Amino acid sequence: MIDYPLLAFSAFSTIAILGSLMVIFKKNPVASAFALVAVFFSFAGLYALMSAHLVAALQILVYTGAIMVLFVFVIMLLNQDRPVEDFKSSSGIFKLLSGIAVSGFVFALVKVALLARSLTPRGDMTEEKISELGGNVKAIAESLFSDHVLQFEITSFLILAAIVATIALAKRKAHSGRGHS
Amino acid sequence: MSLLEPWMMLVVSMVIFGIGLLGLLIRKNLLVMLMCVELMLNGVNLSFVAFSKIHHSLDGHLAVLFVMTVAAAESAVGLGLVIALFRTLRTVDSDQIQILRD
Repeated sequence: MIDYPLLAFSAFSTIAILGSLMVIFKKNPVASAFALVAVFFSFAGLYALMSAHLVAALQILVYTGAIMVLFVFVIMLLNQDRPVEDFKSSSGIFKLLSGIAVSGFVFALVKVALLARSLTPRGDMTEEKISELGGNVKAIAESLFSDHVLQFEITSFLILAAIVATIALAKRKAHSGRGHS
Repeated sequence: MSLLEPWMMLVVSMVIFGIGLLGLLIRKNLLVMLMCVELMLNGVNLSFVAFSKIHHSLDGHLAVLFVMTVAAAESAVGLGLVIALFRTLRTVDSDQIQILRD
């Protein structure tokens, strides 16, 4: 009997890791952006495997739908005519040190992840309880609009601030010579 | 019963976080650096969901919703900054942006 969740996990995690390596090693930013789209889709698959259906749907909607379109538009708008030397031209010792630091950091994080095998569940939201409450989305929505409603409201202020900041940054000055700019 | 355990997701999430960090260190293009920040945020999101699966709690999912909002706001503002920089300096190379140094 084939273990389908494990098979899907292997496929999605392979795509995610290879795609993110492509994001950081491709010279062309458009290629990086499309590799990032593949990474986001495979992350949605991983969320679905952990039965986080709402998060999986939002991953596709927000990341691949909104953020990546923004990235691709900006790449298109900037239209870099001369190719930039895209990797840091630092000395070999710095490269070696940063490689060692990052791989040591990842090694420590993976050790922490392996420690998580011995964690015991503390909450009461088992699969049965969630399906009894009416599914993942309903349980999250009830928690969001009762216990975490203050954070939810603060989020709206954050979005408003982001809109104002983006418009203020992107607004073209009419005439930089006239008046103070 | 599947052999798939949440700690495997944690390993993947931390590897992705490390790749994003490495990309942030080695790249010079500001757009790709922003993409690496998105990669790091995604790694953290995956570990939130995995820990909430381990702990039988739904609070991790809510944290992911808020992180997604912050990521969307951050990328909007960051790309606005990149456009404003490109308009004045005609470059997105992070090593050539040194107007504060001169």
